[in-house]
Amino acid sequence: MRFGLTEDQKLFDHSLRGFLSARLPLDVLRRLAEPGNGFDAGLWKGLGELGLQAMLVPEEYGGAGLGLLDAALVAEALGFHAAPTPFAASQVMALRAFQAAADDVQRRIWIPRIAAGEMRIGVGLGGMSGQTGRAALRFQGGRLSGAVDGLLDGGGATHFLVYLADGRAALLDADATGITATVRRSVDRTRPLVDLDLAETPAVELLEASNAPLQVAARVRDAGRVMLAADMLGAAQAMLDRAVAYAKERVQFGRVIGSFQGVKYMCADMATMLEPCRAMVWYAAYAQDAILEEAAIAANHAKAHLAEVTREVARLATEVHGGMGFTDLLGLHFQFKRITFDRQVLGTSERCRHDAAVAQGWIGA
Amino acid sequence: MDLTLTEMHRALRDEVNAFIARHRDRAPRPGGGRKRPDRKVLEWQALLLESGYFGRNIPREYGGFGAPHDVIEVAIIADAFSRSGVSPGIHNQGISMLVPTLLEVGTEEQKRRWVGPTIRGEAIWCQGYSEPGSGSDLAAAHTRAAVDDGFFVINGQKIWTSSAHYADMMFLLCRTEPDKPKHAGLSYLLVPMNTPGIEVRPLRTMTGRAEFNDTFFTDVRVPVDQIVMGRGDGWQVANITLKYERLLLGDANKLQNRFEAIRRMMQEPRPDGSRLLDCAEWRDRLLRLQGEVMAARYHNLRLLTDQAEGVDSGLGRLIVKYHGTMLAHRLTSLAVDVLGSAGLAYEPQGEAAEDDPATTWHIDYMYDIGLIIGGGSSNIQKNIIGERGLGLPREPKVGRA
Ligand SMILES: Cc1cc2nc3c(=O)[nH]c(=O)nc-3n(C[C@H](O)[C@H](O)[C@H](O)COP(=O)(O)OP(=O)(O)OC[C@H]3O[C@@H](n4cnc5c(N)ncnc54)[C@H](O)[C@@H]3O)c2cc1C
Repeated sequence: MRFGLTEDQKLFDHSLRGFLSARLPLDVLRRLAEPGNGFDAGLWKGLGELGLQAMLVPEEYGGAGLGLLDAALVAEALGFHAAPTPFAASQVMALRAFQAAADDVQRRIWIPRIAAGEMRIGVGLGGMSGQTGRAALRFQGGRLSGAVDGLLDGGGATHFLVYLADGRAALLDADATGITATVRRSVDRTRPLVDLDLAETPAVELLEASNAPLQVAARVRDAGRVMLAADMLGAAQAMLDRAVAYAKERVQFGRVIGSFQGVKYMCADMATMLEPCRAMVWYAAYAQDAILEEAAIAANHAKAHLAEVTREVARLATEVHGGMGFTDLLGLHFQFKRITFDRQVLGTSERCRHDAAVAQGWIGA
Repeated sequence: MDLTLTEMHRALRDEVNAFIARHRDRAPRPGGGRKRPDRKVLEWQALLLESGYFGRNIPREYGGFGAPHDVIEVAIIADAFSRSGVSPGIHNQGISMLVPTLLEVGTEEQKRRWVGPTIRGEAIWCQGYSEPGSGSDLAAAHTRAAVDDGFFVINGQKIWTSSAHYADMMFLLCRTEPDKPKHAGLSYLLVPMNTPGIEVRPLRTMTGRAEFNDTFFTDVRVPVDQIVMGRGDGWQVANITLKYERLLLGDANKLQNRFEAIRRMMQEPRPDGSRLLDCAEWRDRLLRLQGEVMAARYHNLRLLTDQAEGVDSGLGRLIVKYHGTMLAHRLTSLAVDVLGSAGLAYEPQGEAAEDDPATTWHIDYMYDIGLIIGGGSSNIQKNIIGERGLGLPREPKVGRA
């Protein structure tokens, strides 16, 4: 038993972070974020070359067959760099939905396409995630009508995967008839929310888990929650690192501000809160694949706890930078908003804790 | 990451759980490290030692179980005890702080002499660090030990000495090299508490009890070989002990134990049949703490892995005391709120106090603030985290100490 990363994981993490820091200096990030649709073809391609799109895909379908912990490391790195790219929903939740709920034929058709980076799938869990917004869909005769708000990774999507209230999921072609997809720039310009209005839109596939479809959907949701927790971890770590670096160089009263205890303690508090979160995210991710009886509890607590901690870190790190922290100039706000976004989607902390209580049988669903 | 249990680990887990189920009636209440262990505690300790659930990795020749280091084994055992709410054995300053220090830097003779009796709960230690004039600024200690004819002759005063009133031994930080600079002039001595010239006066604390003491030294003579490492090495040894003290004070298993106890209280039906756990506000408070305790537990597993691989966890280790003691206090805060007004009846004196859950929770609620202060206050921890963990510059020195 080892509670830690393997050498392979560390190496991969290192090269991904190297790629992202070379690829996303602040001026580039600013430019890519401006349209707010969370997608850039060049970045997508580069990440594909690093193997991100195929990482979770089983080897038999042409992927690397890695696990959710590997994906969490990616999500953390993307959060760290506030990378405007689909991942958590498109490459993780959607893929896991196919793995858990698709039949053999569906898997053979679609999973290799996901692995090849040909598909970008916006995912909407509707009411199941605890997200606010519209979620009223009717499915009849292979066609979907109604509205669902707040799809994740929907900017630049080629497909949408939307969940029905009964836990089945419909795959839609982004160009299908009757679809109106409204891409809303969010406060986090690196990722949008997409609202779908559907009028008799034909479903390309219907994923029907043969038993307990709601539970299968909940596992997809939990995987998403872990990814968001990891994303928050990365964003908050970036903010902490920058606050510490700034505290070592900014001089006031003839001293670097990091030598003032008031400032030092803000940094120490951030580190103390955030450091245990790393192990929590690792565990939650690992549990999704390897400790199924703990998977739901760990995912929900990770999302909830990370949201609480990173909100504090986001505030404190901004504060350490003084007026500079409040400017657009510094770009610290990209991570701040990343954290803001992650907290609200797929269920707030309150909702996730509620789900954790249900998962351990403290209360009924 | 590999948390799969091998066949052996699964067998161990089943074995520990079976042990707990079979013997739990013999176990003393968890906690209660603030009085001399009674017979029940000592017998339980002996049973745990002999079964390999305590002192598991301590070599046999020093009185331990002698199993090779295995992080998961230790985690399995700790987890089984903390989940079941059964006492995992004694955790006092001797066991959790002195023993690992001796195992790290003690002589063969010191290990053979002290480790066994200490882990069996027979030898009780107290920690002689703080003085009236040097608490946070520990290295400024004044208590003096001069060498005379093969003895250290100790004069001075220690304060806030927990357990000194029933301890057999003290590990003492004192000044033996008055001509050397502050940190280089200290030594770490092992002092029998029955040596003539030691006077212990109880100090009543906010709990209404006297958990710690003033300790006075007047010409106290201790043979010169009762020193850990050499003369002038006291600061180094004291810091090794502090490292273990801080890990003990932030212990994630203790947090888990507390959490489970509170969960059980909240799940029990109250006189009107309702359960606090059914009320969303109460439940959310418990859940928030559960999340934090989980983070602490997994963090601890990460540190254990580092330790097993010989990696210094650095920042990860430095945060443990501050993180754990603050969280512990928030857990006891919830506990006393759950007890509510009915839990306010408080009679802290006497042995029976430790058997009354309401009184104990209120003692812990206050004592936890003591633990936020003791072992290096939260501010001192934040200095350390900031300076050693994050590399921030030190406060400029005002003058010479
Ligand atoms: C319950 C309990 C048990 C104890 N048991 C023992 C024991 O067994 N043996 C033993 O030797 N000691 C023991 N102590 C003493 C403990 O180690 C000291 O109380 C502690 O180190 C603080 O020292 P002090 O009391 O002198 O406070 P001070 O050092 O005077 O501190 C007062 C306040 O000033 C702050 N402060 C001091 N210096 C700094 C600084 N550089 N930066 C920022 N803030 C600062 C502190 O954080 C604190 O808030 C115990 C204390 C308690 C409460």
